[in-house]
Amino acid sequence: MSLRTSRPARAGQYLALLCYLVFLAFPFLWLISTAFKPARELGSLHPTWIPDSPTLENFRQAFDEQPLLRAAGNSLTVALSAALIAVVIATPMAYVMARQRSRLATAATGWVVVSQAFPFVLVIIPLFLVLKNLHLINSLLGLIMVYVVWSLPFALWMLVGYVRAVPAELEEAAAVDGAGRLRTLVSVTAPLLAPGIVATAMFAFITAWNEFFFALVLLKSPEKQTLPVILTHFLGAEGVADLGPLAAAAFLATIPSLVIFAIIQRRITGGMLAGAVKT
Amino acid sequence: MRTRSLTGTGTGARARLVAAAAALGLLLTGCSGGDGESSDGRITLRFQSLAWQDESVQANKELVKEWNAAHPDVRVEYVQGSWDSVHDQLLTSFEGGEAPDIIHDASDDLADFAYGGYLADLDGLLPDRLKRDIPERSWETTEFGDGVYGVPFLQEPRVLIANKKILEASDVRIPTVGKPWTWAEFRAATKELTAGEGRKPGAGQAEYGVAWPLKDPVSATLNLSRSTGGRLFHRGADDKVTIHYTEADAEVPAVIHDQVNSDGSASGATLGMGGSDTLPGFFGGKYAMVPLGFSYRQQIIQQAPKGFEWTVLPAPAGADGATQGVSPQTLSVSEDTPHKKEAVAFIDFLLQPENMVRLARGDWMLPTGTAALADPSLHTAKHGWGTGAALARELLPAPAQSVRGYPEWKDKVATPALQEYYSGAIDRAELKKRLEKDGNLVLARYQR
Repeated sequence: MSLRTSRPARAGQYLALLCYLVFLAFPFLWLISTAFKPARELGSLHPTWIPDSPTLENFRQAFDEQPLLRAAGNSLTVALSAALIAVVIATPMAYVMARQRSRLATAATGWVVVSQAFPFVLVIIPLFLVLKNLHLINSLLGLIMVYVVWSLPFALWMLVGYVRAVPAELEEAAAVDGAGRLRTLVSVTAPLLAPGIVATAMFAFITAWNEFFFALVLLKSPEKQTLPVILTHFLGAEGVADLGPLAAAAFLATIPSLVIFAIIQRRITGGMLAGAVKT
Repeated sequence: MRTRSLTGTGTGARARLVAAAAALGLLLTGCSGGDGESSDGRITLRFQSLAWQDESVQANKELVKEWNAAHPDVRVEYVQGSWDSVHDQLLTSFEGGEAPDIIHDASDDLADFAYGGYLADLDGLLPDRLKRDIPERSWETTEFGDGVYGVPFLQEPRVLIANKKILEASDVRIPTVGKPWTWAEFRAATKELTAGEGRKPGAGQAEYGVAWPLKDPVSATLNLSRSTGGRLFHRGADDKVTIHYTEADAEVPAVIHDQVNSDGSASGATLGMGGSDTLPGFFGGKYAMVPLGFSYRQQIIQQAPKGFEWTVLPAPAGADGATQGVSPQTLSVSEDTPHKKEAVAFIDFLLQPENMVRLARGDWMLPTGTAALADPSLHTAKHGWGTGAALARELLPAPAQSVRGYPEWKDKVATPALQEYYSGAIDRAELKKRLEKDGNLVLARYQR
């Protein structure tokens, strides 16, 4: 059977891909468009993609009204720390769970799945009280701990899959070649696992970067608040919003994730098969 | 009106979840807390404000600064809160013993906190000046059982924002505060102002006479129905509340239903929209009028195209006149704070008539205090301030103000039922059946 596809079929595939990309990009492009529109254009019955009179006024207002840079710094500190710690903890655990088939590993996997079902509102008060006794309320460290705990189960779940995807035969081959356990892990397994680790770190980063409710409840001082909390300050009751500055601030809030994705995605694809070839 | 749906997501089920979590939390840990007093005897009070518009935040911060300058021994720290999730955030803070000392919220969000013992009973703490200044009907919005659990300070009626050019070019009578439209006149006026979907509107017409933004239909319906004598919630001799959907309750919903489904004078597309979503159509001349909260004027000023002329009209009146229900914004004191007297003193300062005016103007709302309401700056014709101020004396507590279980009834029963009724999917009998039968089952669970 030939793997070649006919020209119309390929065109169809590209068209489908294009539609999907447009679908994915639409909210972001609309956000950018809104961020540069003056207030009067926001109320237009016939909105346009390209603002008629583009303005930076929304950005100026957003920066004037809220401490966006400080909040971005807090978000970055919290999200990067949480991602790093989650990956450091999850990687060895995932390796053990994937390679050691035991009842304990099965039970741990089950617990990981169940833990994802807990609603925020159920855990927030016990968590609040525990952190309070540890004097970690209103502290970025406390929030980092929460995010690590919150993202750990799913990070573990993801990494177990990545470890299982690395053929155990490669490790066995390395052992046959005389490599010790540590050398095998470092030279053979780790490079193959790198894309998975990076993807997991991204997941933990994005989870922490976007999280709102824990940050709202746990951080009290304005100087410690993170970006998602600050963004809600552009919202009033009954869904009323200061739309221009909100869009401007939200657009700025997406930039760090995009930059990190752009840097890392090369690592994800580049590392796919690194280490599989014996040198 | 600042309603619970957006100020918090605290449904009954969620409240029970939180309560269970709280019990678990208390088992896991002990409780401790500071008393906000430093070693030199200086008191620090945390004031969580939900002000969000720039002018309003500035007004609040300036007032805090003025207080701190005049009261070196009682320092107030401004904490910025958010309308989004405020209910859950406060509940967590209360349970964790970390609640702000002074709390800004909406009166319809207070019942659970008041009955839960989280808020201080202010009766006996409030200065006479403040008690006298705010009318009894406003105090009723913060009275639960025998106590007073908040000071109502800002409120907003629902008004009709109208396209001035269209209205003046039409033959309809322009309503005034002294002589508002009746609901029947309103219906007739919207027919008159309607060209019909897809038709080119003539002079004095829009595509639709009115756009009802009814994404959250319950508070709008219940509050406007007070004008026709609607109460919906009836408290019996045993103090239990039951729902009866009477003729008085049905009058306003029937007008809206008929405008959408019989007359074609109200756009069906806006039924699922929020107030802000209808503004582009309003500015574009698609709708002649939009019923909105009084504070929406600020958005209109910001977003209306140059040359767009608009005016503020009173909402239609019924058998009970131009009354309507409101849930004022409130200031409360945490039961846990050891400095209740100082917290109330700060509230008293914040709500001095001239300060209340600053807060009201910052939020584009109306003050509850009679002295503040008399301020000339709130009676100018500009931006419809005068119309709103004149309506203030007609404002009554929202019907569901102190009904426990109201949020669940609203989310699970009333919102879908009213949405289906307004869109024409169910008739009035079915609406009545659902509101009463399903609704009373919900309320009964809270009143065992």
